[in-house]
Amino acid sequence: MVPEFLLQLKDLISQPWPWYVAGPMIALIMFVLLFFGKEFGMSANLRVMCAADGAGDMADFFKFDWQSQGWNLLVALGAVFGGYLAATYLSGPDGNVAHISAATVASLEEMGFSFENGEVPLVPEFYSWEYLFTWRGLLIIVGGGFLVGFGARYAGGCTSGHAISGISALQLASVYAVIGFFAGGLFMTYVLFPLIFNA
Amino acid sequence: MGILFGITLFKAEAVSWFRIYEMFRFDSFHMYGIIFSAIALGLVVVQFIKWRHLRSTEGQEIHFQPKDKRWPRYIIGGSIFGMGWALAGVCPGPMFILLGSGYTVFVVFLLAAMTGTFLYGVLRKRLPH
Repeated sequence: MVPEFLLQLKDLISQPWPWYVAGPMIALIMFVLLFFGKEFGMSANLRVMCAADGAGDMADFFKFDWQSQGWNLLVALGAVFGGYLAATYLSGPDGNVAHISAATVASLEEMGFSFENGEVPLVPEFYSWEYLFTWRGLLIIVGGGFLVGFGARYAGGCTSGHAISGISALQLASVYAVIGFFAGGLFMTYVLFPLIFNA
Repeated sequence: MGILFGITLFKAEAVSWFRIYEMFRFDSFHMYGIIFSAIALGLVVVQFIKWRHLRSTEGQEIHFQPKDKRWPRYIIGGSIFGMGWALAGVCPGPMFILLGSGYTVFVVFLLAAMTGTFLYGVLRKRLPH
């Protein structure tokens, strides 16, 4: 039978993780990747995936030796699997709920979201195929996804590449990038959301 | 490493649209805690690597290539990314992670993101850098 301590470990991991565990863990992941001569940056995978699909024929940006970046695809694949493991086996005592603050919940409810028992699911309902076919769903999923893909490669990185790896390596460029991230994010949240969600 | 990353972000709720919303509203320290503590430890890690001239498993000294400092690409690209980040509630990492958690609609997110990346690749020469 499974040793008792392993089950206890599983229960411990299944609790929601506090920031002071997650942050250092991410730094550790970055260290291991660096140690293996690689860099920590998820958005590079988008470029590799385009190149692998033949985008090299259409733009010079994709004419690079993408096969050498295959390891990063493995990291992404690992992330996919990690998500699967966490969602399936490591669900916490509350299930998959986002423990966000009351102030945020209040503001969401004002925008028209409703939550049973005041519990916010980890993943919003609009991440679904049904929602994709509403204009909001299309905007969020396709529009949002597009902006992330375009912006991340334009800026040369996303949260993992710039905010974490870049700033840890004291790159001024990454500071600019993060300023940009927040400018865009705040604009979307405060200016566009009321328009999108209250329409 | 990928698996660890996936589990970490999922359990820390960093994959939640609601957490990202909360972050942009500054209603909680949580997301900032994750990012800052990662940076704090990351800074230590990088300094350690530089101080000890650590070599990677490939035998080369680990080297931090200075990034191009021309700021337009970062501010403009970053803002576009930020808008997408707030709207979609995910950045590339969580897209992969949530796909694994069973939200197959993320295939669409990823395709949209790839389209975005592709369009960037095509328009790149005409964009300010």
